[in-house]
Amino acid sequence: MAAAIEIESLDKSFTLHLRGGTELKVLSGLSLAVERGECLALQGPSGTGKSTILRCIYGNYRPDRGHVRVRGGGDTVDVAFAEPREILALRRSTLGYVSQFLRVVPRVPAIDLVMERAQESGVEPDMARARAAAILERLHIPHALWSLPPATFSGGEQQRINVARGLVAEQPILLLDEPTASLDSDNRAAVVDLVREAKARGATVVGVFHDREVRDAVADRVLVLDKAEAA
Amino acid sequence: MTEPLLRVRGLDKSFGRVTACRAVSLDLWPGEVLGIVGESGSGKTTLLRCLAGELEPTAGSVEFRAAEGPFEDVHRMGEARRRYLMRTQWGIVHQNPRDGLRMRVSAGGNVGERLMAAGERHYGRIRAEAVSWLDRVELDPGRIDELPALFSGGMQQRLQIARILVSRPRIVYLDEPTGGLDVSIQARLLDLLRRLVRDLALAVVIVTHDLGVARLLTDRLMVMRRGEVVEEGLTDQVLDDPRHAYSQLLVSSVIGA
Amino acid sequence: MSTHARLPAQSFNFAYLDEQTKKMIRRAILKAVAIPGHQVPFASREMPLPYGWGTGGIQVTAAILGTDDVLKVIDQGADDTTNAVNIRRLFAKTAGVRTTTHTAEATVIQTRHRIPELPLKDGQILVFQVPIPEPLRWLEPKESETLKLHALEDYGLMHVHLYEDIATHGRIARSYDYPILVHDRYLSSPSPIPKFDNPKLDRSPALLLFGAGREKRIYAIPPYTRVKSLDFDDHPFSVQRWDRACALCGARDSFLDEVLIDDRGNRMFVCSDSDYCEGRRGTAAPEAAE
Repeated sequence: MAAAIEIESLDKSFTLHLRGGTELKVLSGLSLAVERGECLALQGPSGTGKSTILRCIYGNYRPDRGHVRVRGGGDTVDVAFAEPREILALRRSTLGYVSQFLRVVPRVPAIDLVMERAQESGVEPDMARARAAAILERLHIPHALWSLPPATFSGGEQQRINVARGLVAEQPILLLDEPTASLDSDNRAAVVDLVREAKARGATVVGVFHDREVRDAVADRVLVLDKAEAA
Repeated sequence: MTEPLLRVRGLDKSFGRVTACRAVSLDLWPGEVLGIVGESGSGKTTLLRCLAGELEPTAGSVEFRAAEGPFEDVHRMGEARRRYLMRTQWGIVHQNPRDGLRMRVSAGGNVGERLMAAGERHYGRIRAEAVSWLDRVELDPGRIDELPALFSGGMQQRLQIARILVSRPRIVYLDEPTGGLDVSIQARLLDLLRRLVRDLALAVVIVTHDLGVARLLTDRLMVMRRGEVVEEGLTDQVLDDPRHAYSQLLVSSVIGA
Repeated sequence: MSTHARLPAQSFNFAYLDEQTKKMIRRAILKAVAIPGHQVPFASREMPLPYGWGTGGIQVTAAILGTDDVLKVIDQGADDTTNAVNIRRLFAKTAGVRTTTHTAEATVIQTRHRIPELPLKDGQILVFQVPIPEPLRWLEPKESETLKLHALEDYGLMHVHLYEDIATHGRIARSYDYPILVHDRYLSSPSPIPKFDNPKLDRSPALLLFGAGREKRIYAIPPYTRVKSLDFDDHPFSVQRWDRACALCGARDSFLDEVLIDDRGNRMFVCSDSDYCEGRRGTAAPEAAE
């Protein structure tokens, strides 16, 4: 069975024009493959490009060189060269992403924010709402908060909304960037359960897990990045 | 769908010796939201007006494809056809609502105009459609007979949107839709726009200097500086991984971009 | 009643205008007839009365009058108002044509703000005095834009206006100068005639000519042309009706004027069309004041 994600000879650097054109090389010649249904944890000191790899898979960062092949349903898309429309379609159908920032339209209730992600990937509104409710329940978000915009939530609550948005659509590939940051142990456990369920569904997961316990609980394989892999 | 909805190639627009837009090319697809960002004077509003048929470019072409048919050059077609398309297939929401509304005509009359221009002659049906669209843009249908001046700025924006949507257009052009609005009103408008885009499968081109609005609303972004497009791509890509020096400057200057 | 022809005044050309001017106006009239309802610009001349007193209608009449014509002039339906009297006198003096107050006898009828009650016949010409020929003027002040709207048959704006009427008043409130669509093409103003008269425009056997002197436009509705008053399917065009008859002649089908008869508010309703009323009463009216 072909790999779900195939990265080939990936180079990524940033040219900081505001700092006189300094070049920051983050990834150099990186190649890796993630099998379908596998959970790969990216590990290493900061600056080694863990987030960068996730963002390159998601199409958020554009590589300088190399290929990022993603296999969702049947087709393969090379995210490094795809048209914006293709990447958007891929995100809707295939790629779920839990980021470290919750950037949402203000004043939209939390449950609607979660629901929308499911709707974007084609789920009917009623079903989307049900799923959103279920996942918020799992993440211990009190009912009282569901109808409120998350701008006034605590850091941990916002992070859980992020996780909910990333997982509600039950997509085949999940990219998790520090999903349990700022969460207490109960909520960490809830996230672990959700990731395990996703895996049980056959999802492929690539994640950055700061917390060793979480990493051990979900990862099938660990890729250690060090300065040698990076520039 | 193998061809875009709108195809722009090599668009130039000058006013005498002042070049407002230079060599702009883009494709617009159904269901996508394209943002055009830049500072004042970057040419973005001029570009928008050329796309919407209001201004004629000095060079280049703006081609629109109606109902899976052939591409038609918006500025080289006959006036009758252009006016017909401008009031059925797309619309432009102006920065100043007074430019986009008939201030001496009631809300209902404003919303119903496109229907009447298209030949609808049943008062009851026109009114029912107007009520339905006012409701859709979250305006109180009970205010259907009020003049636009009695509505707040944010409501006037929504009235403009309703006025355009009534003809079920393919494209909506928005010129700084949140400029001059209170932050909480901006939020409501953004949310409405997102839902309309999703529910109606519209293509939207939104000109804004507000990168926060661009991030939340647009799928793709074009960065303009002094009439030229300096960078374009997926919105989150342009904002998180800007490559051009000007884009980097723009992003770094804005709080919460 | 009619007066005999008199010799034209010595210092004026026949019917006041010079022949070159009449040619110019006739050309405009021909164009107007060829494109029913379309406003044709013409070089309106200085006339012996100010703008607003019928200079357009007078110029059209002057251009079409011939020695054998019989002229009737009415103002709000009456032959004996100052305006009607003076215009009739002008043409009697300068053209020496027969004048009349009887609709049936006239070949050319110049009118301000009414159409005679008696149906017109093939061969008659009705000349309307028009203040503002552009029906869209109050909705779109720019002439350059209204020209385009007419050229593109883009009349949604007028329907918006009618919509507003219904929204405000529950019905279309326009009761005069009611917009019409001529020959299924051009939106026109029928001049400030009451909407009561609009049905008379539709497929009239007569030639209908419209002259606006200040605005310098002429337009026409040729005989037997379809004229439709604008409306909505569920708010169809309808005319005014009175629940009483003319106090003088008993007519129930004519346009009635309301006349105050004393200082205590007593009023009576009489036919606006004085010739029609007299005809029904069978009385010979006194000589129209000269």
